[in-house]
Amino acid sequence: MTDALATSSAAPDASSASARARAVAYLAERHRLQIWEALPWGLALAAFWLFPDRLTFGSQVLVMVLFALSLDLILGFAGIVTLGQAAYFGVGAYTVGLLAAHLNWGEPISGLFAAAAVAGAVGSATGFVLLRYRGLTLLVLTLATAIMLQELGNLFPRLTGGYDGLPGLVFAPLFGVFDYDLYGRVNYLYVLGVLFVLFWLVRRIVYSPFGQTLAGIRENVGRMHAIGSPVRLRLVVVYTIAAAISGVAGALFTQTNAYVTLGVFDFDNSAGVMVMLILGGTGRLYGAFVGAVIYMVLQDYLSKESQQYWHFGIGLLLVLTVLFARRGLLGLFEDAGAFLRRNPKP
Amino acid sequence: MTAALEIQDLNKSFGALAVARDINLTLPKGARHALIGPNGAGKTTLVNLITGVLQPSAGRVLLDGQDITALPQAARTRRGIARTFQINQLFRGLTVLENLYLAVAERMRASGRLWVPAGAEREVIDQALAQLEALRLADDALKPVRELPYGRQRLVEIAIALALHPRVLLLDEPAAGVPSSESHLILDVIGALDPDIAILIIEHDMDVVFRFAHRITVLVAGAVLTEASPPEILADPRVRAVYLGEEAGGRHG
Repeated sequence: MTDALATSSAAPDASSASARARAVAYLAERHRLQIWEALPWGLALAAFWLFPDRLTFGSQVLVMVLFALSLDLILGFAGIVTLGQAAYFGVGAYTVGLLAAHLNWGEPISGLFAAAAVAGAVGSATGFVLLRYRGLTLLVLTLATAIMLQELGNLFPRLTGGYDGLPGLVFAPLFGVFDYDLYGRVNYLYVLGVLFVLFWLVRRIVYSPFGQTLAGIRENVGRMHAIGSPVRLRLVVVYTIAAAISGVAGALFTQTNAYVTLGVFDFDNSAGVMVMLILGGTGRLYGAFVGAVIYMVLQDYLSKESQQYWHFGIGLLLVLTVLFARRGLLGLFEDAGAFLRRNPKP
Repeated sequence: MTAALEIQDLNKSFGALAVARDINLTLPKGARHALIGPNGAGKTTLVNLITGVLQPSAGRVLLDGQDITALPQAARTRRGIARTFQINQLFRGLTVLENLYLAVAERMRASGRLWVPAGAEREVIDQALAQLEALRLADDALKPVRELPYGRQRLVEIAIALALHPRVLLLDEPAAGVPSSESHLILDVIGALDPDIAILIIEHDMDVVFRFAHRITVLVAGAVLTEASPPEILADPRVRAVYLGEEAGGRHG
């Protein structure tokens, strides 16, 4: 039927007017909230009541969701392939760690702002250089950036504690009122609240004209240059935002654990967050949720079964995802939904 | 009156290989200029030099009398040079409308906005749709570009360039790969373009060239062989030799 419309374009009038209305509606509506978007947040709140003794683990999952979200912004939306996102996670983690250990600055919210500012500044400076490159070169350079920051921390053990890190950090009660309880209830809601705010921010950016140019850069960077887009500026901007969000994730990691070690800069951390995103599905916001939850729960379960071989289970799932669900689990859901719409039950 | 586009003594070499040699070319406002020549003559290279994809080894490119030789590609586009590509360069995973949206948003300097929804930029959407309607693509607005037949993708390729409202338009074999049953759609669009735009068209189909162009430049091995009106080109024995030579099996680097 659509083919018939396409060929009858010689007669505009009604069909063209409705096509125009549909096209305008599509762009004007797509950023509106959908009902199903309440689901992950509802589940996160339900988990608070259902697993009261696993909330410390739950906070770690939410931290990784936020970290994966920041990677999604640059990898999924802008197509920047990186293996060094742990660099900015680590910078944020150490920002609040150093402030608490040396300056007695344990107020959590202002700590997050400080972490975002420092990680964003580092992201902007490194991005300015890194984003001249693409593909494999970029991959290796981002990897090297994280390693260099780790070694920088190792160079000043008096400040950073070296490989032992900064143990026993003390953070002030949230808003000066809510102290940290043994079951991690405050922490869980705190991390969930921060995740919610930053998720909303990322969502706005993704659906903005700026977000549209990121999709253009991902789809065809050559044509973006040809239509006059300042590609490198756009990339540095989004890279900086993602670095700041990674920094907040790192800061939450330090605050909820009350310690931090140079392990946060590890390749494992950069690679793990990418695996999470691939499992969940890149470039679709909620892929970060799905992927981080699956990865963390599976890791938790498998590492209890076998201390040494839990990587195998994750690896197997990754291989299956890449082979049979290239767009991640959310992509699989979308395909299933599209299939059902095309072939409704009689 | 200053020319819309002026190329002065342009040279480009890759090592010992000279792909552009002392090229001079002037497009006045509203020019309809064809660039022809055998494969490998350097036609697309010249387009890349004009648009800033490649930096010349020597020579200048002037847009409305202003030297733009040092400007990067995107800055030249913002000043009014647009091009289409010999092989489609589309945002294949995006819808036709989004393809146009990107171009219009760049022209209207709206694409840096982080904090408004893309759908709230009604002026951008309206202009993107108007461009699609002008090329009778509006019914395909919500289809992903990669699902369109090749001929219609070729129209999107042109629509993106036109959405930039260029003063100078470079068309690199706009009908290449399009079945002849559909190529008239593309030629109609090109024939109906704004008479103020200066157009340089690379084309192999001589019927198209002679129907469309007022001036023709023949490029051979990176250098201008001759520039003249269509009838003069037709009568030029050197041009015939170049083309017949190729058809007889001669290969030109």
